[in-house]
Amino acid sequence: MAIQRRRRYHKPSAPVPPAFVAAVDEALSALAPVRRDHALPLLQRIQARLGYLPGEALACAARRSRIPQADLHALASFYDMLSTEPDGTTVVHLCDDIVCRCAPGARALAARLEREGWKVKTAPCLGLCDRAPAALVTSGGEAGGSAAYGGYQTWQVVTDAATTPGVGWHRRYAPVLLGRCGRYNPDDLAGYAAAGGLGALERARRMAPEALLEQVKASGLVGRGGAAFSTGIKWEGVAKAPTPLGPGPDGSLKYVVVNADESEPGTFTNRVLLEQDPLAVLESALIAAHAVGAGQIYIYIRGEYPLAIDSMTAAVATFAAAGLLGSVRAEVRCGSGAYICGEETALFASIEGERGEPRVKPPFPTTHGLFQRPTLINNVETLANLLPILNQGAAAWAAAPPKLFSISGLPVARPGVYEAPLGLPLQNLLDLAGVPAAEVQAVLVGGSSGMFLGPDQLQTPLSFKGLTEAGATLGSGAVMVFGHETDLWDVAARIARFFAEESCGKCVPCRIGTARQAELVPELATATGVGLHQDLALTMADASICGLGQTATNAIRSLLRLKGGR
Amino acid sequence: MERITLTIDGQSVTVPAGTTIRAAALAAGIHTPTLCGHPSVRVGANCRVCVVELEGARTLVESCTRPAAPGMVIRTTSERVVRARRTVLDLLLSETDAGAAPTLQAFARYYGAAPDRFPSATPRGHEPLADNPFFLRDYAKCIACRRCVAACGRDIQQTFAIALTGRGHEISVGAGAVGDDLANSPCVFCGNCVGVCPTGALMPLSQVDVPVPQYDWSPRAGLVPTTGTTVTTTTCSFCGVGCTLELHTHAGQIVAATSPVTAPVNRGQLCVKGRFGFDYVHSADRLTRPLIRRGGQPGARRGTPEYGRLEPASWEEALDLVAARLGQVKAEHGPDAICGFSSAKCTNEENYLFGKLMRAAVGTNNVDHCSRLCHAASVTAVNLALGSLAMSNSIGEIRAETDCLLVTGSNTTENHPIIALEMKAAVARGAKLILVDPREIELAQYATLHLQQKSGTDAAVFNAMAHVIIGERLWNQAFVDERTEGFTDLAAAVADCTPAWAETISGVPADLIRQAARLYATSRSSGIYWGMGISQHASGTDASLTLTNLALLCGQIGRPGTGLNPLRGQNNVQGAGDMGCLPPLLPGYRTVADEAERARIGALWGVELPKSKGLTATEAVAAMGDGRVRALYVMGENPLLTDPNLNHARHCFEQLEFLAVQDIFLSETAELADVVLPAAAFAEKEGTFTNTERRVQRVRAAVPAPGEARQDWAILANLATRLGYPMSYRDPAAILAEVGACVPEYSGITWERLEQGPGLQWPCPAPDHPGTRFLFADSFPRGRGKLHPVRFTAPPEEPDQEYPFLLTTGRVLFHWHGGVISRRSPGLDAIAPEALVEIHPEDSARLRITDAEPVRVTSRRGEVTARAQVTTRTQPGAIFMTFHYAEAAANLLTIDALDPLAKIPEFKVCAVRVEPVS
Repeated sequence: MAIQRRRRYHKPSAPVPPAFVAAVDEALSALAPVRRDHALPLLQRIQARLGYLPGEALACAARRSRIPQADLHALASFYDMLSTEPDGTTVVHLCDDIVCRCAPGARALAARLEREGWKVKTAPCLGLCDRAPAALVTSGGEAGGSAAYGGYQTWQVVTDAATTPGVGWHRRYAPVLLGRCGRYNPDDLAGYAAAGGLGALERARRMAPEALLEQVKASGLVGRGGAAFSTGIKWEGVAKAPTPLGPGPDGSLKYVVVNADESEPGTFTNRVLLEQDPLAVLESALIAAHAVGAGQIYIYIRGEYPLAIDSMTAAVATFAAAGLLGSVRAEVRCGSGAYICGEETALFASIEGERGEPRVKPPFPTTHGLFQRPTLINNVETLANLLPILNQGAAAWAAAPPKLFSISGLPVARPGVYEAPLGLPLQNLLDLAGVPAAEVQAVLVGGSSGMFLGPDQLQTPLSFKGLTEAGATLGSGAVMVFGHETDLWDVAARIARFFAEESCGKCVPCRIGTARQAELVPELATATGVGLHQDLALTMADASICGLGQTATNAIRSLLRLKGGR
Repeated sequence: MERITLTIDGQSVTVPAGTTIRAAALAAGIHTPTLCGHPSVRVGANCRVCVVELEGARTLVESCTRPAAPGMVIRTTSERVVRARRTVLDLLLSETDAGAAPTLQAFARYYGAAPDRFPSATPRGHEPLADNPFFLRDYAKCIACRRCVAACGRDIQQTFAIALTGRGHEISVGAGAVGDDLANSPCVFCGNCVGVCPTGALMPLSQVDVPVPQYDWSPRAGLVPTTGTTVTTTTCSFCGVGCTLELHTHAGQIVAATSPVTAPVNRGQLCVKGRFGFDYVHSADRLTRPLIRRGGQPGARRGTPEYGRLEPASWEEALDLVAARLGQVKAEHGPDAICGFSSAKCTNEENYLFGKLMRAAVGTNNVDHCSRLCHAASVTAVNLALGSLAMSNSIGEIRAETDCLLVTGSNTTENHPIIALEMKAAVARGAKLILVDPREIELAQYATLHLQQKSGTDAAVFNAMAHVIIGERLWNQAFVDERTEGFTDLAAAVADCTPAWAETISGVPADLIRQAARLYATSRSSGIYWGMGISQHASGTDASLTLTNLALLCGQIGRPGTGLNPLRGQNNVQGAGDMGCLPPLLPGYRTVADEAERARIGALWGVELPKSKGLTATEAVAAMGDGRVRALYVMGENPLLTDPNLNHARHCFEQLEFLAVQDIFLSETAELADVVLPAAAFAEKEGTFTNTERRVQRVRAAVPAPGEARQDWAILANLATRLGYPMSYRDPAAILAEVGACVPEYSGITWERLEQGPGLQWPCPAPDHPGTRFLFADSFPRGRGKLHPVRFTAPPEEPDQEYPFLLTTGRVLFHWHGGVISRRSPGLDAIAPEALVEIHPEDSARLRITDAEPVRVTSRRGEVTARAQVTTRTQPGAIFMTFHYAEAAANLLTIDALDPLAKIPEFKVCAVRVEPVS
């Protein structure tokens, strides 16, 4: 191999444009003193000013923050919503995921955006499936408006859907999670109290942490994010964990992290709670912090949820102003477009200013979580259950544990978030949302990592056990309904592409396996293709580091089963 | 240690708690494949080839990071495991060029994996990147195992030049620099990324066309080489750290240098010179035949064309001529008219013979080596204070045991890169770093305190620290009482050396001096590490004594992680001194003045040894100028680039009647010689080097010497014989055996022991002695440690109206000393091709000098022209230049004022003028 050697390798560096320097300085001073874990907020703020992340600005930021330039670039190239190329100041992120691609207005919306000359990028599920087809607009640079949260200066939701977003429950059911939704503004503490808020926190703070832990354990609450692990045992683990490393970079020995990186396609239950009952989310997190002895709460919200970021930021300010945070600090951190950050250890990495990549477990977050310190990480909906558990008592809550479901899809008359007791038959939920049984070709429960159920499985109880017995999973509570007009193999192809695009790339079975699966979808009409997929699926489920790779073949396997091949 | 028992493939295995499943399996004789696992880096078990079945676990588990637990039931050969391993390998092969990944291929062969099982429809379009002169980056071969990223960053280098880019299937590795260009990134080209790359995605350019060694793999046998290059384990020749090198040879050429993770000093890590700089060995400039100057006109001045030309000659003729001319000078002017410069680059055996040649065969004590120009002041001071001449503690203690590091006058990152890694690892562990250095060197980023003194004011700063330590009663009274003397004198001497006084002299804020004093004195274990910045001064001995004072005052010596640690520059500068290549010191630092020792060694050598004090190398240059020295024999040194005030030095050399040089290249000094003898390079010889921590390690021949070049020891023995003092040694092992008989500290260091182990640290007085990790646990060689009252003296020449800048000289990472070697390594020279003048932006703006513009630097003694490098590394009013470059030799500017005791020149401070060339 002939290799050309250069006479000289160093090139003199060009001066950095003053606008870039100003943007970097502004971001650094807003975050000062800058720590390594500020890397992502730093990039978000620079992009908010400049509209993108020019290489010279990254180099300048690296010099001044002492965060390595290569690491800043590593982040910029990892998160979808960060861009190192000038995309123009305004970008429309048009959702082409499962529900939105099936929506009747999808093509019309795309055509309209093109006609109007927008810069359009396709996006994975935006959590707006109840308003399909959906898009998110991000703006930055000099043309942008005033500074806002998370680095995205202005936002708007573009939707052509006629349906109104909403929350719902059966008329004979008394909601315990959704009851306060939309009844107060985040800065209205009195309104929140009037809607039933704050009582649980007061009660909890009068209790010894051990007694609080007993209550949670007694309730039998399990995590609502999909893994269904016992919340009480998790809390106890964090509470009892030693802290040999001492305080983390922000001074806390232990952490509570609210996992609000709700990115599972078809799932938007957390968004509704964050947007419409934010003080309850914060109240629950403070109860958790009291129980486990955490000094710092991070609320990590996906970047595609600007309203939720807004309402939670306001909620923190409201509590802080009222002195309700006590000795606990609470901070909202935003994602920047990476499904994988919903995985708990990847989420920690993201907060730490690293690429959102999962770590092998054990060790578990209870002892080695954020900054390698003991960390309680709970899903938003899981935490929301704390208030009724403390307000009604563990036994009363356990008599009929509530669950939120996000229902969407073309045959759904009233898509939205529904509260129902765990174990409700799927058919009953579909009735609530206005889905005629005859129009159901299949239901995908649990999002892209869930399984398809056929029309003959509509009596399946929506409980962790019930779905497992049906060969499926409750997952995040996403219920996507497909009518007969939908080509499920197209949906399968989109799901396969979703995982190939969202794999973080850390482990081989997932990084390459998701790519090969996406290529295999057309081959599933042959026995060879099905056989290869089966081997791939078994290996990915067995050998991937985290849930993404382990579940990335679920939907397609279940579809093969449902349809008996392509 | 707690032991646990688990079951692997039906076998019961008991291992220490904390052992990984993979290691436990190996203990049971079961090998587990892995591509990402590596002892030096933590990458989070991402390749997934190592998965095993753990009974009760939902998924397979990674065996290379998961600790074994009591009662675990592990299966490594079940259908699930075999399918997963095979499919993972299938997937890797589906899109990776495995041509340079023999382990991946070996695993794939065993598990029957194939590239066409999951054919990729989306090939990754990576073009090989040759963006640097050392290694190729071919990411088509990359499996994104991220070993390289961990090595560059957190786990080894802490350079963080590279990171992953992209996500998922698009993942790759990049520098983040504009154009992903390593040369414009913080990369220092250590190649530790190359060293850990499992697939040849990162490969030395020298290896690209060499056949890749092949392996077979099975769970029973592990990796078994089937073909391969020849590998020779030896010791690096590039600095005093003493890294273990593995030289890979193919067709008589060295094609790569690596290091094993078991290396005692460097743990498998290397720097750019060690890993990529070996190619000087194969330079076309190597001397291959003896040269004799012929055709000169009588009375012509040495160095002029009329003096004649160097022409090839036979060994017989050349050696005869050297013997005849030395004999003639000795006969006419006495033995002390002859002087010899030995080489800190040569082996112990060669240095031993050189000293013996000069003292026994010629009969003079005029033998010295380049230590005179680097650490003479340090060793003089340590000798005065303790009676010893070596680094007291070990490199390995820095990482593990030192709580406070005081680093001064040492740009460790560039001059002892591997020791800097240990220092950074110590800081990562929580150790505190006090940096006392005029420049904002890389270590400043890791420093708890950075005292940026004006060059040449070190003694003021350290005296003030002693003042604070005494004033605040932070000294170690028990230690001072029991093990030192002179406390009262010291206390009196530093009584008025207040931090405020030191601030006026050094510019270091008084409070920083106080904080440094407190931190150093009160830490559990504090070690002092210093380099040329302390010693290369006309008051270098005094400055070094202020350091020995601190250590003795605080009792920060004689324990692990403490001590007085001059970081020695050349690969065998410690050994050259140990072997007696210092004028007043016989082998083992026995003084010439010591009748009994002189008699003992004289008896061993069969001669009566001369009593005269002998001339140091710096004194010898002056003596050549005035005719006291008439003949000079130089082995592997280049004084005509490294001496101060070069114009004057050259003038002195020109007065010599006879100059013989034994070297591997025609150096600036050799160009002036009457006879030049071609020698073997380190990779062509057998012997031992002694590193900065007194560790004696083997040097082994990997390739034959070119042409007629001979081993230095053989040349010396032949010459001694011709001078009438017969020397006959079978091989270097025989010489080392004689060293053991001569030097008690080396008595237990035998060729056989060195063959087997990781080297031995002297003192090692007996064959069963394990060597000595740190010195002075119980006593000092001189009895009590002596505290020395030292008064601060200003440098001999300071900036003034006419010459307003202070010039400091030093080195850069990519070159070594006189550059004779490193500038003949094409890669090193391409990445650092020219001398640069570091100048602060305030000064450059005032002088209207822009970055990379040529500037003229003038002192009272000479002038040079080089490009400016505008940087805040240097302080306003001070410029920095390297001395490696003959075409812009900084030593034309430096002053030849000498330290009165150590005779070391003032390289660090002189006054210069800077102006744009245009």
